[in-house]
Amino acid sequence: MTALSYLAGAAQIAGFALGAPVVIGATRQVRARLEGRVGAGVAQPWRDLRKQLRKQQITPHGTTVVFTAAPAVLAGTTLLIVAVLPLVATGSPLDPVADLFAVVGLLFVGTVALTLAGIDTGTSFGGMGASREITIAALVEPTILLAVFALSIPTGSSNLGAIVAHTLANPAQVVSLPGVLAFVALVVVIIAETGRLPVDNPATHLELTMVHEAMVLEYAGPRLAVVEWASAMRLTVLLALLGNLFIPWGIAGPDPSALNVAVGILAVATKVAVLAILLAGAEVFLAKLRLFRVPELLAGSFLLALLAVTAANFFTTRS
Amino acid sequence: MTLTLDATPDADPVMAHHNAFGAVAAGILTSVLGVAGVGVGLAGMLGPPRSVQIGWLVPLIGVALQLDPLGGFFIALTGAVAVPVGVYAIGYARREHLGAVPLSVLPLFAAAMMLVPAAASVSTFLLAWELMAAASLILVAAQHARPAVRQAAVFYAVMTQLGFVAILLGLMVLSAAGGADRFADLSAVPAGARTAVFVLTLAGFGSKAGLLPLHAWLPRAHPEAPSPVSALMSAAMVNLGIYGIIRIDLQLLGPGPRWWGVTLLVIGAVSAVYGVLQASVATDLKRLLAYSTVENMGLIAVALGAATLLAATGATSAATVAMAAALLLLVGHAAFKCLGFLAAGSVLAATGLCDLDRLGGLARRMPATTILFGVAALGASGLPLGAGFVGEWLLVQSLIHAAPHPSTVVALATPLVLGAVALTTGLGVATMVKAFGIGFLARPRSDAAADAREAPASMLTGMVAPAVACVVLAAAPCVLATPLRRVLAAVPAAAHADLSGMGTVLHLPGLAGSIAPGLIAVFLVIAVLVVLGASRWGSRRRPPPVALPLWACGADDLTARMQYTATSFAEPLQRVFDDVLRPDTDIEVTPLEESHYLVAAVAYRARIGDAVQDLLYTPVIRAVTLCANGIRRAHTGSVHLYLAYGALGVLIVLLVAR
Repeated sequence: MTALSYLAGAAQIAGFALGAPVVIGATRQVRARLEGRVGAGVAQPWRDLRKQLRKQQITPHGTTVVFTAAPAVLAGTTLLIVAVLPLVATGSPLDPVADLFAVVGLLFVGTVALTLAGIDTGTSFGGMGASREITIAALVEPTILLAVFALSIPTGSSNLGAIVAHTLANPAQVVSLPGVLAFVALVVVIIAETGRLPVDNPATHLELTMVHEAMVLEYAGPRLAVVEWASAMRLTVLLALLGNLFIPWGIAGPDPSALNVAVGILAVATKVAVLAILLAGAEVFLAKLRLFRVPELLAGSFLLALLAVTAANFFTTRS
Repeated sequence: MTLTLDATPDADPVMAHHNAFGAVAAGILTSVLGVAGVGVGLAGMLGPPRSVQIGWLVPLIGVALQLDPLGGFFIALTGAVAVPVGVYAIGYARREHLGAVPLSVLPLFAAAMMLVPAAASVSTFLLAWELMAAASLILVAAQHARPAVRQAAVFYAVMTQLGFVAILLGLMVLSAAGGADRFADLSAVPAGARTAVFVLTLAGFGSKAGLLPLHAWLPRAHPEAPSPVSALMSAAMVNLGIYGIIRIDLQLLGPGPRWWGVTLLVIGAVSAVYGVLQASVATDLKRLLAYSTVENMGLIAVALGAATLLAATGATSAATVAMAAALLLLVGHAAFKCLGFLAAGSVLAATGLCDLDRLGGLARRMPATTILFGVAALGASGLPLGAGFVGEWLLVQSLIHAAPHPSTVVALATPLVLGAVALTTGLGVATMVKAFGIGFLARPRSDAAADAREAPASMLTGMVAPAVACVVLAAAPCVLATPLRRVLAAVPAAAHADLSGMGTVLHLPGLAGSIAPGLIAVFLVIAVLVVLGASRWGSRRRPPPVALPLWACGADDLTARMQYTATSFAEPLQRVFDDVLRPDTDIEVTPLEESHYLVAAVAYRARIGDAVQDLLYTPVIRAVTLCANGIRRAHTGSVHLYLAYGALGVLIVLLVAR
């Protein structure tokens, strides 16, 4: 563990914390251009955050500490996930602390915090958003765990550094049957978990169709800023994770040089940018699914993940 | 003397005084027994094995007791549950006016549960088991003035006694085939008898542990029993079903063949998924917790099955991990379920309600109970920072490491089982969010919930102990490493236990993979503080913070009835799993007399029963009733007829004996 691995970790946290709103801005800009609008520019989410942070702190009547603390818990779990994942370099100092299962668990701690905050407001929309969000989350979790399982079978470990290093050493694995199936399953659940089309529409203005936005309706000012920043981080970090699990090239090794770290940062930024543009481009052509069709989509991805694991169990030859 | 007291506060003053003394005495006695149990259990786990033979206590067979690591583990676990329950019972019995009989049976029940794992012979085991079953039955029927309690008690009595019959038969076969009464003297059992013993004991112990399809007594008995009793039953008694399976099937007859492992995996996975599905749509808080017990026992059975299957296929390291997962899940479940039922009891005592649809807003009126229930719910959801996380993590890891060269059975079983476990975890999160969010947050949905008072000191004290245990299990499960190693060494499937990697960073024994639950908690706190610090950017230029009415999209006169309830919160899940849950919903629209298009009233009724119970139990009960009716027709009360029966009987005996 050299000083440079710590530097890579710090660069990773800082880069994602500062870059996440830009990624959201980029997806909005791509969408706007494809829809024939000018768009607000990629830095608009940052301008929004600055505006929100300068506003008055408002606590609605009847809410408890759950409502107050939820944004910080959501953002805190996301920040911890960024610190754990091998995004810039594989030898993250926190790698033995949490494996992929713990990361998925942390993701859900954040979801649960926001759900409870939605219930805590005592409004119909808060409860409605919470109910929908937790239903989707309950169906997403099995798929994520199975996809993770499929990826960890060839490696023999669910620690992320090991998985990424193993893929680097065996590039053929990316296009193997379990790899492809797990990839498709993960794409679907990442879309569902981050509330993108066709599961949830992040730009909706109609309360009855909201999922994520309905839970956070009562937030305003600085707390809303934290929620939005955390949501942006979740999308960015999941895209980066997807990129590094299936296209790990460019990532710095466990004992990197300064050049490796620079290449690692550049590589992960490129992967996230490409994936975000693809996501935004695809969203232009998609309409939101009816809420009760979403479980069918998730059941499909669950089946794919199950097939991925079974295929991995049957076709993996580990020395 | 009447033993039932309804909840009128101005009962007979003499009786009230008597009960106050009785409550203190019974509570302290239960706690002292619990402390003794913890001590004896620790001695059993860490010290050399000891055995005692008390010949005079029971004629002919005597009572044989022994203390070994496996029994010690369960004695200590039961004792650790009994300590807080005893303290809690002092305040609870005063508030809820428990009668003298339940109060005096409470310590007896705790003692009987600690006697079961200490039994060293078949006869002693059966004696202790029946003592435990009888004591629990009296406690379930404590408030027998209510018809619902009587029904639940009869249901429980029938199921627990049928389970006992299965265990009795199984152990008799074992004893006969093994040629001894004492466990230690049993010789090798032939294959046929081994199978019979496994099937019979699995049915008997499975019904005690609440495994499907013999789970039906749990969601009936738990809501009707007094809460400290629910806590004891759910956190300690069901564990003894698991103890029976480990002791008889996996230790004395073990290591089992593959199909035992597969059977346990299937039963466990089905129980876990079905239990959590029912819990996710339950609206009664105690019924929800009871179904959550079915879920957790299912997960433990999955871990036992995985250990058996993996050991039979040669993956010894993974088998050890699975066995360690089973034990950690047991400890975690005992801690959070004890706390959950005690907190539910506080809510019941404060509001008279267990119906989540009418609760809410307790966070402001009962802050301590709310926090304590939150700790329990976090543990039950299996998320990081909760007491159940490390156990579930180990279970999942054992399933991953079934490779490198899995047989077809293992290669097919592990993904399916992992899918079931993962679905269970996901739905478990939704269930606990519902229980905590709807029950304790938002605004009160009834006057009773709005007038709730915080629980008295003894009840809170009783709840703090399991809460501390939950926190310790969540952050530092390594404290259990030494006792776990001794217990695992006693089970054949996991005999090659090497848990030296269980430190702050928990390394899997002999496998790749690690986690540090304590460090996760520390880093999460740091991350939250960083976020809070960062969100203060620009705070000097902000206007001062204010508290304002809810925006609610412009609605200005929100009532508590407009909130989501437990039923509406779980409605999407109910819709998704419609085929399994088979809800019985009924919408009645009454139109105005003048026009069919104008509605005067809409009535909506929804009932979610237990589909397994409806499909399996109802035909059996109907058949028994039919037989009973047939036999009753032979009893006319005529003496002549009875004399004829007697003569006929003698004739048959003579014919047979000739």
